[in-house]
Amino acid sequence: MDWLYMYMPIAGVEIFWPGLVLIGFSVGVIGGFFGMGGAWMVTPGLNILGFPMAFAIGTDIAHIAGKSMVSTMRHSKFGNVDYKLGFVMLAGTMVGIECGAQIVMYLERIGQVGKIVRWVYVVFLALIALMVFYDYYKAEKKKKAGIVDGDKGTEGITWYKTLHKINLAPMVHFKAAGFTCSAWLPIMVSYLTGVLAGFLGIGGGLLRMPALVYLIGCPTHIAVGTDLFEVMISGLYGAFTYTLKGRIELVAVFVMLTGAAIGAQIGTVATKYAKGYGIRIAFGFAVLGCMLSIILKQYKIDWAATALILGTISIISLWICVVMFKGAAAELNEKKLREQAASAYKS
Amino acid sequence: MKSLFSKIFSLCMMAYLVLPAMALAAGGGGASELVVVADTRRISGIMKYFANLYNTNILLFAVWAVVLTAAYGCFLGLVMDFFMSRTGLDLKSRKIVEH
Repeated sequence: MDWLYMYMPIAGVEIFWPGLVLIGFSVGVIGGFFGMGGAWMVTPGLNILGFPMAFAIGTDIAHIAGKSMVSTMRHSKFGNVDYKLGFVMLAGTMVGIECGAQIVMYLERIGQVGKIVRWVYVVFLALIALMVFYDYYKAEKKKKAGIVDGDKGTEGITWYKTLHKINLAPMVHFKAAGFTCSAWLPIMVSYLTGVLAGFLGIGGGLLRMPALVYLIGCPTHIAVGTDLFEVMISGLYGAFTYTLKGRIELVAVFVMLTGAAIGAQIGTVATKYAKGYGIRIAFGFAVLGCMLSIILKQYKIDWAATALILGTISIISLWICVVMFKGAAAELNEKKLREQAASAYKS
Repeated sequence: MKSLFSKIFSLCMMAYLVLPAMALAAGGGGASELVVVADTRRISGIMKYFANLYNTNILLFAVWAVVLTAAYGCFLGLVMDFFMSRTGLDLKSRKIVEH
């Protein structure tokens, strides 16, 4: 069974390569569906396969950049990527990440970094999960009362409507996202999510996706696509800096990317068959899984944290696969019936 | 002879115990700052070229890593596009329904 193991020359370890493909596939499915990188899922997986932690993070970031590229290409074809919004937000994200990193360095000097960062992360994840579930609850209530917000259906939290009233020049129209607002709104929101991402040492997709929906007012599908575009750019930058530090295993990146490319297609196409709130609720559960795993890690129950992460990945990616295949089967069936009806009409 | 041997042994032991502390006192960093060297003995061809590049020119290796990741991502995207377009699914339009 030697052929199942691949030698990683930089990390100096033999790795079970089908495991790498499987991790890439699962994260490709989840990332393509939610519009996030998914570093919190990949790093423990790589560690289980035998990767030293130092290499797991860099390898993970490079793989995320490539995977996001595949997903962005697919989302772009659906019209789910607002490039203008992506570029405007990129400026805020980059400056924000640097500011967040400076805060971490300050905390490092006073020796409090690990604990503070972890608990801030937990608090933010709890807030995001709470917001997502509250939003769903409110939307359900409105729907039962027969209140409809617009052509997209009922919405629960609509904070973005208040923020869109900010009349600070320049006002910009974002065509794909379908709204006009002050350019300062996406810049400031991306700056704040960037500060948090830099501070927490994460890519930021987990924070940016809900921010795009609730604060900027993107439809969920556009938020997913645009966020992936951002993850792609920041991932490439992260890959470069981590490689300069020598913490990357390029062979593993390529093997994982192969699995991720297939997974990304499933995750991305599945968004077509899911309603915005379906994506939001599943995202809420993913955030809860991530939060609980960090709490378990904080209390040094590592095995339970790893089991929880792997369990969450498996359940969510399986659910997304079911959504995609059921939706695709229904679409193909409908197409076949249409064609049969057309041919019957002609004859 | 025996005394000389014991002196050398004591010196070595002392160096073994004291050197790490001296290195740290002189500003030596933790394990994360250790230099990692790729093992090129078991590989050949293009893998050996990149492993050597990692050892000798990390900047060029970093540029290659980013370029190759982006290129492979693009390539996979196009290949997947080719296969997906043959499934018969409409991959160019979707309805946005929030609820």
